[in-house]
Amino acid sequence: MRPFDYLEPATLEEALALLAEDPDDTLVMAGGTSLVILLKQDLIRPARVLGLRRLAQLGAIESGSAGLRLGALATHGALARADAVRAHAPALAATFAAVATVRIREQATLGGNLAHADPAQDPPVTLLALDASVVAMSKDRARTIPLEALFVDVFETSLEPGELLLRVEVPPLPHGARATYKKFLPNTLDDYATVSVAAVVAAGADGRCTHARIAVGGAGPVPFRAREAERALVGSRLDEAAVREASALAASAAEPIDDLRGSAEYKRAMTRVWAERALREVA
Amino acid sequence: MSEHRIRFTLNGEAVDLTVPAQRLAVDLLRDDLGKTGTKDGCSVGVCGLCTIQVDGAPMSACLLLATQLDGTAVRTVEGLRSPLQEAFIEEGGFQCGICTSGQLMAADALLREKPDATPAEVNDWMMGNLCRCTGYHGIARAIAKAQGAR
Repeated sequence: MRPFDYLEPATLEEALALLAEDPDDTLVMAGGTSLVILLKQDLIRPARVLGLRRLAQLGAIESGSAGLRLGALATHGALARADAVRAHAPALAATFAAVATVRIREQATLGGNLAHADPAQDPPVTLLALDASVVAMSKDRARTIPLEALFVDVFETSLEPGELLLRVEVPPLPHGARATYKKFLPNTLDDYATVSVAAVVAAGADGRCTHARIAVGGAGPVPFRAREAERALVGSRLDEAAVREASALAASAAEPIDDLRGSAEYKRAMTRVWAERALREVA
Repeated sequence: MSEHRIRFTLNGEAVDLTVPAQRLAVDLLRDDLGKTGTKDGCSVGVCGLCTIQVDGAPMSACLLLATQLDGTAVRTVEGLRSPLQEAFIEEGGFQCGICTSGQLMAADALLREKPDATPAEVNDWMMGNLCRCTGYHGIARAIAKAQGAR
């Protein structure tokens, strides 16, 4: 591994000031599971690494009337175990529990996961379906970014140089809504998903769909909301025909690539299949 | 390149030393501190050979910088005293042995976190510790025996 300078600020203010000194050549490290691999493989060559591990307050997991506030340094393991997360949506806790292996879940953090922006990761998909946003802060300002606008391309986010991702905010679910996350793992259980689908669906007293949010991972350069599919579902009776139509629309929105987890054609087909499975569960 | 003083406990004993920023925990443990029971396998956090416990949680020493151990309690297989060890011997929980220390450290963390884990939960927890000899049945039997011995 190439040498670098390691900085370990004790306060958020210090962290933001250090980041502002040299924003283009300072990489932020949370748990380090992805960053350390990239460093070892010489794929990144930062002059400075800013370790956040002393900023314990960024690991807080809180719930209130405005929904969930998940600190960027909360680990996947802590989030999977948290009563607040389970109470909000069991599917969200299950999503964190489905990430990689127990070792990774104890080390890797939510903020690191989102900032890494690998399109096949699990938490972004469920968080997109839950309409989450992130709060980012620089030395000069804080701003809220809808999660959908955070992901720009493979390994690329809309975070600006000097910005630190502080927390994720998840609003309450629509009344009566059900949520699920489906991860397709044809190889091994610790793999990234070939494709994954999260769905949040609510119906009125007449059985017609009032809310539908569908998100897809692994099937394009970024995890995405399948908005045409959502529009097709709202107002429908959530019967098998509606599920099939929406799932076909979700698949047609996918822009997958050929890789070790399957061909583009296969991933598109699997997007339809796993969207159907997700929607049948919550319809 | 910066250097950092780090202090932690290793198998209950205090460690206080200075490391370059890019030193990996697995190299620190093996090369500087002589704890060669922790093996370096895939080097990308997948195989589980380098599983150690940091404040009781299983982690991959190959994905941790040495600086991340500062202030923690680290346990390696050299510090393990568990009925698992006898159970692995009795049940043939290893063949070539390269994965065994990682298997033991992961299983020990499981027995503490979920002592009454079902066989399915055991499999899920241990899923990230690979055995290239495919001795998984022996490992599963050994863990079940250690659960029963508690």
